[in-house]
Amino acid sequence: MLGILSLITFLPLAGVAAILALRFIGKPGEKTDTVGKWIALATTLATLALSAKLVVDFDTTTAAFQFLEEVPWFAGLTYRMGVDGISVLFVLLTAFLLPLCILASWKTIQTRVLEYMVAFLVLEALVIGVFCALDLIVFYLFFEAGLVPMFLIIGIWGGKNRVYAAFKFFLYTLLGSVLMLAAILAMIGISGTSSVPELMTYHFDPAIQTWLWLAFFASFAVKMPMWPVHTWLPDAHVEAPTAGSVILAGILLKMGGYGLMRFSIPMFPQASHLFTPLVFALSVIAIIYTSLVAFRQTDIKKLIAYSSVAHMGFVTMGIFSGNVVGEQGAIFQMLSHGVIAGALFLCVGVVYDRMHTREIAFYGGLVNRMPFYAAVFMLFTMGNVGLPGTSGFVGEILTMTGAYGASTWTAALAATGVILSAVYALSLYRRVVFGEMTNPALAQIDDLNWREVVVFAPLILSTLYLGVQPDIVFNITGASVDALVGAWRAALAG
Amino acid sequence: MTLADLNLVWPELILVVGALTLLMIGAFRGKGGPMFDGLAMLVLAAAAVAAATGEQGRAFAGGVVADNLAAFAKVAIHSASALAIPLGGGWLRRRGDDKFEFPVLILLAALGMGMMASAGDLISLYVGVELHSLALYVLAAFRRDDAKSSEAGLKYFVLGALSSGLLLYGASLIYGFAGSTHFDVIASAVQGEANTGVLFGLVFLICGLAFKVSAAPFHMWTPDVYEGAPTPVVGFFAAAPKLAAMVLLARALSEGFGTAVAQWQQVIVLVALLSIFVGAFAGLVQRNLKRLWAYSSIANIGYALLGLAAGGEAGVQSMLMFMVLYMVDVTGFFACLCALQRDGKPMETIDDMAGLFKERPGLALAMTVFALSALGLPPFSGFFAKVFVFQAALGAGLVWPAVLGLIGSVVAAYYYLRLIKVMWFDPAPGATEKPPLTAQTIAIAAALFSFPVVLVALAWLEPLALAAAAAFG
Repeated sequence: MLGILSLITFLPLAGVAAILALRFIGKPGEKTDTVGKWIALATTLATLALSAKLVVDFDTTTAAFQFLEEVPWFAGLTYRMGVDGISVLFVLLTAFLLPLCILASWKTIQTRVLEYMVAFLVLEALVIGVFCALDLIVFYLFFEAGLVPMFLIIGIWGGKNRVYAAFKFFLYTLLGSVLMLAAILAMIGISGTSSVPELMTYHFDPAIQTWLWLAFFASFAVKMPMWPVHTWLPDAHVEAPTAGSVILAGILLKMGGYGLMRFSIPMFPQASHLFTPLVFALSVIAIIYTSLVAFRQTDIKKLIAYSSVAHMGFVTMGIFSGNVVGEQGAIFQMLSHGVIAGALFLCVGVVYDRMHTREIAFYGGLVNRMPFYAAVFMLFTMGNVGLPGTSGFVGEILTMTGAYGASTWTAALAATGVILSAVYALSLYRRVVFGEMTNPALAQIDDLNWREVVVFAPLILSTLYLGVQPDIVFNITGASVDALVGAWRAALAG
Repeated sequence: MTLADLNLVWPELILVVGALTLLMIGAFRGKGGPMFDGLAMLVLAAAAVAAATGEQGRAFAGGVVADNLAAFAKVAIHSASALAIPLGGGWLRRRGDDKFEFPVLILLAALGMGMMASAGDLISLYVGVELHSLALYVLAAFRRDDAKSSEAGLKYFVLGALSSGLLLYGASLIYGFAGSTHFDVIASAVQGEANTGVLFGLVFLICGLAFKVSAAPFHMWTPDVYEGAPTPVVGFFAAAPKLAAMVLLARALSEGFGTAVAQWQQVIVLVALLSIFVGAFAGLVQRNLKRLWAYSSIANIGYALLGLAAGGEAGVQSMLMFMVLYMVDVTGFFACLCALQRDGKPMETIDDMAGLFKERPGLALAMTVFALSALGLPPFSGFFAKVFVFQAALGAGLVWPAVLGLIGSVVAAYYYLRLIKVMWFDPAPGATEKPPLTAQTIAIAAALFSFPVVLVALAWLEPLALAAAAAFG
């Protein structure tokens, strides 16, 4: 039977249908565009409301999948949906960020407004589908289809070098994904089922596990992205429009980490254990190396993009720590980074909309003209650094504690990343916001307007609230994470 | 031969009588027209119905087979041929070229393809192949006053004759060593240890048929013929004849050489992988969309062959589903090309498509769907087609060919994306003419079939394909 998950997933497509009807029937012009924007906003808000209801109704005491839907499809395929503690919050995160993206693009997108809204709504549907899918083929369908709207978002509304960035994004991700498709088909061939809950209890031969794990890792490592396959990310971020960057950093990257927790660890426990040192090494390199690279950037967006790679390093480290603290921290870090990185890209968007450049050197002394902006930017910079009291702190400390339980050296090296993140984030903040306002072009720059305040307010609240009250997340994820870790240990023991 | 044998060839009888009657009508009227096209389509529809509902069995001493596979193939072939008629008729009339021969030739080609789908021995195999090829040669050169079209026809004819020679040579070797032209007798002759002479013949047979499906390394004619031949004719070439030849190949290999799978599997795998990579890499440098789609079809035939290489019921089933879904895509794509025209000139290069999304959002969306589907991206039909093929290949233990095939699809992704990029990102150089209704309707309908109808349609396509492939279990 179909239920609330399908409703949440496909609700954005209802908005798409409405906007497409508008596109082909309505008279082109500003009025039609405005109607389209309102339809998009209403759709995303309705999705958010439904997702909130989903989380409220979620039973936190069980690790089992909930809100299950199972409909036979064709050719032996089955449409299966369901969420557990690991996935349900990502649905909420997606639904939470989308209305903000629509609002953030309200004035900045002037060309092909309706198509833009359609692309975002389609993307929302597909991403929510990724987090709800409980069937390998259905998962892959959503996972892969999401490339197209993102390709168009970067390619049509992006910056100067957008075509290059869009192609790089698409081809990089596709190469990783097709290997995963091969692994998915092999798994279905071996086990005879494509149901995720069933596969979680299926024992693949360890020798085959190794190959399957590598194929899945190829896809998720590109998506995360992990060093050394992260190079598409800075390009994609720099060229994408602001809202595109928010989605990319806030949600699309999380699909990689989510995939590792949903598939790699429960389905290939032996292989996951075997490759843990590799993942730790790559995570540590990502944390240290990309932090150093971030420090050298002259483009604000690129700097934040590299910092995203570093933060995802903490996530992979936590996922493979093999203990509850690390896994909890990884999920938390993903959620928190989704909010903070999204907010940081919006901060860049604010000055970019006004000045149309992202060069760090162009700015300086913004605090003189934009005190509110300076305060908001400061908060998220601190969140990015991992200051206690913000959500960034909780994620970092937990993933490091978790990693410490698995490998002391990994934790010790990763801890330097905290210092390095302070180095690049604070120096960025200093160069952009503090100091004298020497550039005459900035003399007339305006502070946040009401629309931007509306966009930032929920992000500020969630960063602070998650920072002081992380338990609301852990209550939801707890049972599923315990089960995940327990199953992994049991598989390794026997 | 008994009179009862004729009961099994109703579709062919309908086509023969229909084609000859229309030929006479056309010869006396001197011109075609929409009504004439409609009559030809009715003949094809009648043939398809006769194939779907007719008696099954073997006729003419086993030379003609009427079974689920033949019925499945004929319905698909005749439907695709029926779509080619209004598309081509409209396209030609738009250029002031109203010849009644066009629908007649399509009918004759469909007759040949129907025979190919029903071939039960090497003789009817050859007759079917020749009958459809001769009609196709003429169709390729249909625009007699156009040098490129004539060149395409000539090239196709010369190379086609060569491939027919290979085919005949292979058939004669098989007959010589196996002692019969009938697939079932050949099968018992190759039981156990296959004779070298028979295998030699088999390789020639595969080469000849590989030419017909334009699989590498026998693909050289494809880009030139596709570029020169009239656009709707290319859409027809890329769809129905490919399916007919694939079905023929499946039947010859599974029925005639089902006991020697190990011998031909490696050949088919090699041809499949070569096609996938030639199609992917050579397509990268093409600017002309018809040439590009020629390479795309080479690559896609590679995937179909990969399914066929898996052998058995699963392999043939996956190949049939792949081909049907691919036929819809390719027909739709060429319908788009037929529909588009700027300043009286057809839009045939990638650059011509610049800014199409602004100009003709419907057609641009349709072409985007076809490109993404050909690339194999979910949720479009091409994705499911590839999933079936790779599932069959992995099931048969062809792990590395499957992985290589998937990697090949990433290479090909570049040129499909470039087409999308040009249509969506770039500014338009000038207004396009209003597209004709028929071509536009076919294009949009095909796009809707690729997505989202495919999500429903597969539920009935899958059991049909399974029934068709069941004979090779």
